[in-house]
Amino acid sequence: METDSTTPQGGDTVYRHRLPVRLWHWTNALAVFVMLMSGLMIFNAHPHLYWGQYGANYDHSWLDITPGHLRIGPLTIATPHLLGVPANGRIVAFPPWATIPSHYDLASARRWHFAFAWVLVVPGLLFLLWGLVRRHFWRDLAPARTELTPRHLWHDISDHARLRFPTGAAARRYNILQKLAYGAVIFVLLPGVVLTGLTMSPAIDAAWPWLLDLFGGRPSARSIHFLCAMGLAAFILIHLLMVVLAGPINEVRSMITGRYRLPKETSE
Amino acid sequence: MIRLTRRRLIGSLGAGAGGLLLSGCDRIDASPTVQSLLGLGEKATFGAQRIVTDRAALAPEYGAADMSPTFRTNGNRDPGTPEYAAHVANGFADWRLAVDGLVASPLALSLAQIRGLPRRTQITRHDCVEGWSAIGQWTGLPLGMLLKQAGLRSSARYIVFHCADFFGSRPYYESIDLIDAFHPQTILAWAMNGQTLDVGHGAPLRLRVERQLGYKQAKYVMRVEAVASLAGIGGGKGGFWEDVSGYQWYAGI
Repeated sequence: METDSTTPQGGDTVYRHRLPVRLWHWTNALAVFVMLMSGLMIFNAHPHLYWGQYGANYDHSWLDITPGHLRIGPLTIATPHLLGVPANGRIVAFPPWATIPSHYDLASARRWHFAFAWVLVVPGLLFLLWGLVRRHFWRDLAPARTELTPRHLWHDISDHARLRFPTGAAARRYNILQKLAYGAVIFVLLPGVVLTGLTMSPAIDAAWPWLLDLFGGRPSARSIHFLCAMGLAAFILIHLLMVVLAGPINEVRSMITGRYRLPKETSE
Repeated sequence: MIRLTRRRLIGSLGAGAGGLLLSGCDRIDASPTVQSLLGLGEKATFGAQRIVTDRAALAPEYGAADMSPTFRTNGNRDPGTPEYAAHVANGFADWRLAVDGLVASPLALSLAQIRGLPRRTQITRHDCVEGWSAIGQWTGLPLGMLLKQAGLRSSARYIVFHCADFFGSRPYYESIDLIDAFHPQTILAWAMNGQTLDVGHGAPLRLRVERQLGYKQAKYVMRVEAVASLAGIGGGKGGFWEDVSGYQWYAGI
């Protein structure tokens, strides 16, 4: 971020996102989008999740998608027209609009998934390296001690719930909810999907058996992979909603050019 | 002249992306250029796995307590041909495994001969491409030992497994490279979970290539052929599912 002698005010344009952040944001957006949709198609091939070292049809699953229903543990939820829907003469867990390709094609979905895994991992590692070396994570993402007090957190949550976003100079920096959300994506969910994804590879398990110990077996890794992916999907939904509510033109422009117009202070 | 404002540009980019998402995904998927690009990713994955992993690394072996209570069958559960039924009826007494192709001395081995050769027993995990996993115990002849006995020629690059089962009119077959063929856990299994291999799981002989997915574990193996190239065998892509459904030949992921 720029250091000006004068504190910028609402309405001023500031340089907010540096180039590596912007580049990674867009390559990652593309990669995650393809990974999620092709991943849902792969899930459709066996819409059951297990814990442990083995897990197949006769074994105890903790999640199933059956025609028109989602079962999670003891809870069964009717999901007509959403999950377990008929499409092209078969029942699919996730509907065609959510999958790549839209029709049932496991081989093609795997090809997309493993090709875009490279787009996810290579720029991801470069970004991680840059963020560590250039101290982006410490400066912009690490929460300050004062931000983590229950009082401050509650204040931010209630402001967000009332759709009151930071203005003026306060909008130059990420607020605590942003820091926590971006931190969770960068340090938990993305490493989580990548490592559990590798654990599902029988060849990688042979070379790096510690992955199986880490996640408690391939079926467990597959479950965690799915949960991390759902976490990413939830993040994307909230992220997009926040962008729309906070002013989509200004927000999207700042992620393209780096320049962000600080929202004007409103007099209360 | 249309004045392209930033706002309008972003708006039309957004609309374009939306249209792309809704109608274009499958068109993109069908494009040969895209498919060949995705194929590059597949090659990169194969190459990277072979580079970063130890080629001789053993697949994890499990204890008896970890074994699946029920090891489900998949794919063809019975070849159903008259020839195969006759083999089952007389306990595979007249059955012979052919080992041929680029070998110095082609072999024809009976099941009794194969059982008399050195064996390896391993409790390993079977991972289906669809996502399920089952753990079972397999006993069989290390493939590398068989290939040494037959005398693999230096021009051989792949080992092809011809099977007794069909999907429609197409016989099942699979292939692996020599790294996996000579891997110590790659066996031609004749027993599973301490019992003679049953029909559902591929009697009398089933390939176990433990660092790859289920569709590589060819059942009902009748013939082991050493070849220099996979072209000209089946559809030329190295396996039934590879030919028919476009599954990756390298199924290590």
